[in-house]
Order: sequence, then C-alpha cells, then structure tokens
Amino acid sequence: MPLIIKLLAQRIALGLILLLLVSGLIFAGTMILPGDVAQSILGQSATPEALANLRAELGLNDPPLQRYIQWLGGAMTGDLGTALTSGSDITESIGKRPSNTLFLAFWAAIIAVPLAIFLGLLAVRYKDRWPDKLISAVTLASISIPEFLIGYVLMYLIAVKLRWFPSVAMINDGMSLGEKLGAIALPVTVLTLVVLAHMMRMTRAAILNVMQSAYIETAELKGLNGFQVIFRHAFPNAIAPIVNVVMLNLAYLVVGVVVIEVVFVYPGMGQYLVDHVSKRDVPVVQACGLIFAAVYIGLNMIADIVAILSNPRLRHPK
Amino acid sequence: MKNIPISAMIGLFFTALYFLVAIFAPLISPYGMAEIVGDVWEPASAEFLLGTDNIGRDLLSRMIYGGRTTIFIATAATVLSFTLGSVLGFFAAVAGGWVDQVLSRFVDLIMSIPTLIFALVVLSVTPVTVPMLIIVMGLLDSTRVYRLARAVAVDIEVMDYVEAARLRGEKTAWIIFREILPNALSPLVAEMGLRFIFMVLFVSTLSFLGLGVQPPEADWGGIVKENKDGIVYGIPAALAPAFAIATLAISVNLVADWVLNRTTSLKGGRG
Amino acid sequence: MSDPQLKVRDLKIGATVYPPGEKPHDIEIVHGVSFDLEKGKVLGLIGESGAGKSTIGLAAMAYGRGGVKITGGEVWINGRDVLKSGTGDIRKLRGGEVTYVSQSAAASFNPAKKILDQVVEAAVEQKKFSRKDAEARAKVLFDKLGLPDPENIGDRFPHQVSGGQLQRCMTALALCPEPDLVVFDEPTTALDVTTQIDVLMAIKEAIRETGVAALYITHDLAVVAQVSDDIMVLRHGNTVEYGSVDQIINDPQEEYTQALVSVRSIEHEEKEPTAEPVLSVRNITARYKGTQFDVLHNVNVDLYPGQTLAVVGESGSGKSTLARVITGLLPPREGEIEFAGRVLSPDLDGRSREDLRELQMIYQMADVAMNPRQTVGTIIGRPLEFYFGMKGAEKRKRIIELLDEIELGEGFIDRYPAELSGGQKQRVCIARALAAKPKMIICDEVTSALDPLVADGILKLLLELQKIEDVAFLFITHDLATVRAISDNIAVMYQGKVQRYGGKTKVLSPPFDDYTDLLLSSVPEMRLGWLEEVIANRKMESAGN
Repeated sequence: MPLIIKLLAQRIALGLILLLLVSGLIFAGTMILPGDVAQSILGQSATPEALANLRAELGLNDPPLQRYIQWLGGAMTGDLGTALTSGSDITESIGKRPSNTLFLAFWAAIIAVPLAIFLGLLAVRYKDRWPDKLISAVTLASISIPEFLIGYVLMYLIAVKLRWFPSVAMINDGMSLGEKLGAIALPVTVLTLVVLAHMMRMTRAAILNVMQSAYIETAELKGLNGFQVIFRHAFPNAIAPIVNVVMLNLAYLVVGVVVIEVVFVYPGMGQYLVDHVSKRDVPVVQACGLIFAAVYIGLNMIADIVAILSNPRLRHPK
Repeated sequence: MKNIPISAMIGLFFTALYFLVAIFAPLISPYGMAEIVGDVWEPASAEFLLGTDNIGRDLLSRMIYGGRTTIFIATAATVLSFTLGSVLGFFAAVAGGWVDQVLSRFVDLIMSIPTLIFALVVLSVTPVTVPMLIIVMGLLDSTRVYRLARAVAVDIEVMDYVEAARLRGEKTAWIIFREILPNALSPLVAEMGLRFIFMVLFVSTLSFLGLGVQPPEADWGGIVKENKDGIVYGIPAALAPAFAIATLAISVNLVADWVLNRTTSLKGGRG
Repeated sequence: MSDPQLKVRDLKIGATVYPPGEKPHDIEIVHGVSFDLEKGKVLGLIGESGAGKSTIGLAAMAYGRGGVKITGGEVWINGRDVLKSGTGDIRKLRGGEVTYVSQSAAASFNPAKKILDQVVEAAVEQKKFSRKDAEARAKVLFDKLGLPDPENIGDRFPHQVSGGQLQRCMTALALCPEPDLVVFDEPTTALDVTTQIDVLMAIKEAIRETGVAALYITHDLAVVAQVSDDIMVLRHGNTVEYGSVDQIINDPQEEYTQALVSVRSIEHEEKEPTAEPVLSVRNITARYKGTQFDVLHNVNVDLYPGQTLAVVGESGSGKSTLARVITGLLPPREGEIEFAGRVLSPDLDGRSREDLRELQMIYQMADVAMNPRQTVGTIIGRPLEFYFGMKGAEKRKRIIELLDEIELGEGFIDRYPAELSGGQKQRVCIARALAAKPKMIICDEVTSALDPLVADGILKLLLELQKIEDVAFLFITHDLATVRAISDNIAVMYQGKVQRYGGKTKVLSPPFDDYTDLLLSSVPEMRLGWLEEVIANRKMESAGN
C-alpha cells in the first residue's frame, strides 16, 4: 500500500478514536465532579425520598459504564436523550438549530477566508511597510477584545446609531435568502472580524516562513518579480500551512458562534447550549458538547489530510 | 533597564496601573460596589464620571471593583495553568518514553475539545464559585502551556550541551533547572502574558454568558451582561468594559512582545 | 583583448547589525574591492567565513541578503553599471545575464515543483528561449553534466534525486539561459569528497564548453586551484592578494596566502602501541530504535593510551554512530566495549561516575555544546566540582590553569560563549573535557566547522595536550588531511563497516582496496592539474578493466 494511503487511513482512524474518547470525556466530565443531576434539578431543599426517586427515574443508579454505552449508542442512532427541564426529546428540540448555526458560520467563512488570505499576502508583499503595519495594528486590537464586546460595539454603532441593520438576528423558515442575509449581517460581520484577525496573522506567518527558504532566493535571482515569486514559488509550499490556518480558524469560528448567537439572540446551537448550561440540563449539554466537539475534530482532521495530500515528498515517493 | 523601547514602556505603565487600581480598589472607587446611588442609566456627570448602571449603581465604581475581580481570577488561573503546565511539560520532555507519551496524548485529547465548550460542560454540573472558575480555567489552559513548555524543552534537550551534561552523569533535576530552565525562561514569560490576556477574555466571556462571576459581585463580563439591554436604547454603559479589556490586553501584549524580541535578539548572551 | 565581462571597481558593501542592548547600526563588511573577469575565464574568490566572498558574488547580481546593502563602487557587466540600473534592468540581469549556483541545491530547489520546470524557468521568463527550446537545451545540459537519464530526470521532484545530482541540476539551471556570467557559491562544499570530484569535473567541463565567465567562491584553496584562471584572496572584506592561479599557489607573496597554501603542515610521527589498549570496541553491531537496518556491522577497533585513532568516513558511514555506542547513548545490538580494562555497561545509566569521568567528548559545533547562559568559568568548573568536589579558590586556581593550557588565560573566566570566536569556543570545550582528567576523549569532527587556519591551531593544541596529559583521542572526521596530521592508527569506515584498519603508514600506503583508493584519490591536492590527472587515471583504469 502506498505510504500516502496508509498515512491518510491512519489519520482518519485517529480522528474516529479521538471522537470516541472525547465522547467518553464529555460523559465523564459531567459525572466525576461533585454535582449530581438530581440534586441540581430539585435544589438543596429536596427530600431524600424525592432525590432517590428521581435518581431511579433518570437511571442514575446504573453503573456509569452501562449508562455511557446506552448514551453513546443512542447518540450514534440519532437519539440524544430527553431534556431534564422540559422533558422533550433533545433531537427534536435541536431541530433546525444546527443548520441555522452552519448558515451563520458558512457566510462568515465565505467572507473571512478569501479576505484573510488576500490581506495576509498583502502584508507579506509589503512587509514592514505601512500596509503590513496597519494590518498588524488592527489585528492586535481585534484580538484584544472579546467577541461579544465587538458584537455590542457594532450593534451600538451600526444597528442603534446608524440603523442599518437590525440589532437582533431572528430568522425563520418563512424568510427569503435575502431577508435572512440581512438579518444575519451584523453577527456575520462580528464573526468575520474575529476570525479574520487570527487567520490573517497566521497566514502572514506561514507565508513569511516559506519566504525565508533558499528556493525563494533562487527565484529572486532568476529575475522574477515580487508577485511571481510569491505565487509561483511561495504559494505552492504555503498551501498546507494556509489550509491548516483556515481549518484551525474555522474550528475557532465554531466556538465563537456560541457567544455571538447569545449576543444577537440567534436561534442556533450555541444559544441552545448556553441556555441549558444555566439550567443545568446535563443531557442537553452533553449532546451539544458532543456535536461541537465532533465538528471541531472533523475540521482538524481535514487540515491534517490536506497537509498530507499537499506534501510533494508523499505525493511523489522516491 | 535602560534600553526599554517606548512601546514596552507604555505597556508596562498601563499594566502596572491596572494592577494598582485592582489592588487598591476600595480606596480609589468613589462609591461602594453594590451601592445604589442614583437613577437607572444616568448619563455621565461630575457626580458619576461614567454614569450609572441598570439599577442605579455608579458605573465607575462597578468597573473598578469589576476589574479587581477579573484581574484576580485571571492572575490566579494563569499562575495555576503555568505552574502545572510548565512543570509537567519539562518533566515530559526530559523523561521521554512512555511518561511523555501518556501525558502528551492526554493533553491532545483535552485540546481536541474547544476550551469554551469543555468549560461549559463542566460548569453545567459544578457549583459556579470563584475558586471553581479558577480551577476549571487553569486546568483547561494548562494544556496549552504544557505544549509550549514541552516544545521549548525538547528543542533545548537535543542541544549538545544537554547531552554533555548527561554524559557527565548529571541528575534530571540539574538538567531541568540548570541547563534547560534558564534557556526556556524568556519564551515562557512572554507566553505568560498572552495566557493572562486569554484568561481575562475567558472569564469575561463566561460571566457574560452568566456562568462566571455571580451577581451582585461585579466583573467586566458581568457588567456587559447587566447593561446590555441598554444598548438598543442607545445607552453605551455596556461598552465600558470593552475599553478596559482592550487597553489591558494591548498593554500586556506590548510587554510580551518586548520580552520575546529581547530573547531572540539576545542570541544566547547575557540576560 | 576584449572588454572584460565583469568589471568591479572599489566595491563597498554595508550591513545593518543588531547587537544586543544597542541600537541597530550599519557597518561596512566589504571595503573597496576591484577586479576584472574576461569572457570564458574563471576567477576564484577565496577566504574564511566573514571574508565577504559570497556577498561580493551576490553583488554581481545587484543582490544583498538580509540587511546587506551595496554602498559604493561600480559593477560593470556588458558595458553597463548594474548598480545604477533600474529595477527592470536588474530583473533582466538576474537569471538572464548573470546566474547563480548556491551551496545547497537541496534547499535552493522548490520542493513542490519538477526539476525541469525550475531549470527552464529563468530562460523562458527572460525570453531567451521558447519553452520547447529551453527544455531541449536543459536536456543537453543534463547529459553534459553526466546526469543519468537526461531525457526524463527533469520530470522528477528535487527530493527524488541524490545531493550530488541535484547540485549538477542547479548548474544546469544556471547555464540554461546562456548567461554571460555564472556565480558559483561554494557549489561542492556540502558534498562528500567522492561526490565532489565528479561535480567539480562536470562544472569545469561545462564552463569550458559554454565559454561562460564564472566567479567561483569557496573556502577551499585546493578546490579553487583546479577550476580557476585567477584567484583573489579575501580577508575581512579586503583583498589580500590577487593574481594568476599559478602565482597564488606556487609563489604566494602575502603571509596570509602563504599560511593558507601551507595549511595542515603538522608533522606527526606514528607511534607504536606501548601498552594494552585503553579502549577495545569488539564486534559492535548497532541500529537506531524503530529502524530495520544496522548502521554498524561487526565493528572492531582498538585505541592505545596516549595515542590517536582516526575514524574516517563520508556521511552515512556510521562513524558518528560509533561514538554514540562508545559513550553509551546508543546501546549496541551485539558486541561490547572494553574500557581501561573493564567491560562498560552498554547504556549510559549503568555506568559509574568513574567510567563517565575517564571518557570525555568534544563536539563539532562548539556553539551548541556550551550552555549559552553559563560563563566559561562555570562551564569548565562544573566537571571539577562534579567529579572532584573542588570548590572556591581551589576550583578557580584549576580553572585558570586549564585556561592557560588552552592558551586563553584568566581574562576569559567571566565571559559568556556568545562573546567568543569559533576557535575560542572549541578551546573552552577542550578545557571542559580535560578538566575531568580523562583517559580518553572522543573528538567528533571538532575542526569541521572552523576555518582552516583556526582548525590548524586547534589540532596543534590537541597534539600538544596529548603529550602533556597523556590522553588518548578517538578522532572522528571526514577530512583526510586532518587524519594525516594527527593519527597513529586509522579506521576507514564505509556503509557501517570498517573497510581498512591499522597503523597510519600502512593504511595510507598501497595496495588499497577499491573504496580507500577512491576516497584517497578524491581529496583535492593543492597543485595545478590535479583534477585532470585523477580523471585521466580513472578513465585509464576503467578502460583497462
């Protein structure tokens, strides 16, 4: 079997094992710690009998391993269990939320990724000149403010003072794509700003790293101009690091979405998760945690796969 | 201390200022932290320099006390994360073999879950108290410090002078403290600044989501949460923490940058 | 005589330096150098590191690495001063009129592109040839340079050919656009000697056939003597001596040039074994963890007290692995090490403090062999404290004694490694090894990273110290000149085996086995016509077989 296929198979297998272990960790994370779900629901003043009844009802008296296997088996077949607070089926309550969240993340990524790569290249081309300095100053500022505050600052300026866009991002099935895009313009802007800074910074570093190679000097000594050097010689070698940067930031986006949804009251996964953390609804938190972790692991796996595929030593073995 | 660049001086000055304000909060703040002194959302005036908040408390006093809480939690979590992460990271690098494998794979596992999501999962079952926040944040973040410390130590570990010490018969403790640590200190100190900023952002985010510092205690994230409804009426009270967090973060960043540059330009000379 | 192809007048080059704790400032690194290069001729630029030779070579392309700037003078190529040319003209010059061959072809080829695409790029980009003609020309060049399968080798990626082949591809890259001038910057330095000779010959032939002018930059006078017509000797950015190759080699005028020509003048009589060996390597077979191949096969050598055993071989011969086995860093699969009459534990952890003390090591790269945060005093003092429990005044006295022995003196005790020169650093490492009062020291390529004159000083010092301290050296090196200079016994290693072993005179005298013959005949000699002679001999031999 060629080495490259073997490496890819290994990486995918690793991703699946990681996912399995993470599911165990998420399950255990809510288990080992001193809190008890029954106690959380009923509060400190609950009678021992009521607690015991609830524990039995929730299956808390079964051995943890058995409960984990039941939970995991359910999750794999699409049954995420029942919410404690409302008693409703979690899979049903989640409903369209993942696609809403993806909708938001998708548009942010569509804008942020090309823009970040372009600005990163620009910063490299004009290294240590004003475009580079301006870009790094803006970057520094935007990574120094938490995303929810960027959200409120923009909301205050654009929605409240200028009245260009609505300050909450409500969407529903009845809206056309255009209406939806209008509704999510602000949260998408905030998310774009947040990942743009990181992505640009990392793209710049990745390309600069490549630019220090001896083969770049060779290209310059061939009389090529600045952009030819970057596009012909730096870019092919920078693809893997840049894809890596993009994937890492998309993974970061997945997390940023949680907070931004709360700010703009957007009906996605993040808001659902945060609501139920405050209500201490453990099954919901576990389900959402698992979904977020799966997306995160998947994106990281894609980054590694692209790195393997773009390595000339692996693509063209001796 | 003569050759500190101007940017680092500014950074040092503001960082010090924030810490001093945090320490002496009760002496500096004009009103009590939870004292209701005026109307709801009064605009800035000579009496209330930043105006009042959603239930009529002095916003400046809230900000000063809030800064104290935020900085305290961030500092404590950074210390925890650093001590644990760097000790384990060095140990893994020097011990190598299965110790390194077990620790590193476990850290990989934790890091494969987004920090915020993991924190939310854990905080959904634990009581949300200040010590618990510090522990959860510190433990989760120590994975990142571990990675850096291990990477730096592994780089130094392969140097011939470490091999020379091994061939001389030196003990592990000597190798860690006399050969590796002095050479690893600067990148770690710079990283400490970045981790501190991350902690400030992290605790603010948690409080904003209602899962961090609980009312009536003030902290910067909480102030945003309390005053966010004012935004739609054009009341900017919720934005005050944005300014505070940003200036603190930029100041610390400037200092960290300077520490890092100082190391790279040093090329192994005195320091 | 036609106008010179390249005319350099009073060239001055500056660089920005960033000393720690000081403001960055500019210094001059080349102080007014002038020379002429005729069409079809080769000028050798020779000097130690820091002489400014590469900087001058790149200046011919109006190029400065990093913070390097050309601050004055004239560089005339084809009748125009390139330093006064605009960006467009300079771009046409680079890759069209002047091309460049770097020291490391492996790093200078883009790993993501096919070799042929890179070889023809400049020729096509500069509109010298159509893509089709350029490819045809490249294939002719591949053939001339002796590359295997010239039709198809260009379709490979850089990592798919060997180092020596890639260096020839780089030469093809430089010759493809039919330039007027090629700058060769240490093109064979990174190669093993047996590979170097082929590449050197290929370059020489290619220069002769294409009639191009060339600047040949190197630190190795014996190499430059084979390819150049004229030689310029540089030191600290100044011209020391400039003349024909014959004059420089056979009749050097300046003291510095004379020293360069006569380097490795050390005479060392082979000593007979006087006692039982201090070190016996017996039947050692070893491989690295997680690999399937033995790097050492059944190695047997002895080292006698107060003598030097040179282990010589090219990269991949297993000579450094042998050092790791002896020090206990790599436990062997088979065999044992006997040291001072006792069998040593195969791994480091099982050895006593006495074992460790008596067997010391000196490394190739002195800069990374010393902790940059420790002073010279601490570095030398630690073994004294660790092995002999010395403290305070007693320790200081001994440190000063050692500093005197390595000819540095007390003034160095509080300095940091960063404040020392390359040779001084290596001396401190020697003192650290001697501080343990060892029976034997492993010297792993200790002079390879140093300039020839400095290296010579270190070798002299080592021989001197051997007499005083009665210490045995296991000297690992790829450099046969060093071997001749210092050894009593020699082991020639090839592909993990000891190919030839015995007293110096015996090993270096015929009859030779094939590999030793190849190795010995490949070492450049400092006389004119050596290269042609060797090549002619080899052709004759292969014709005779």
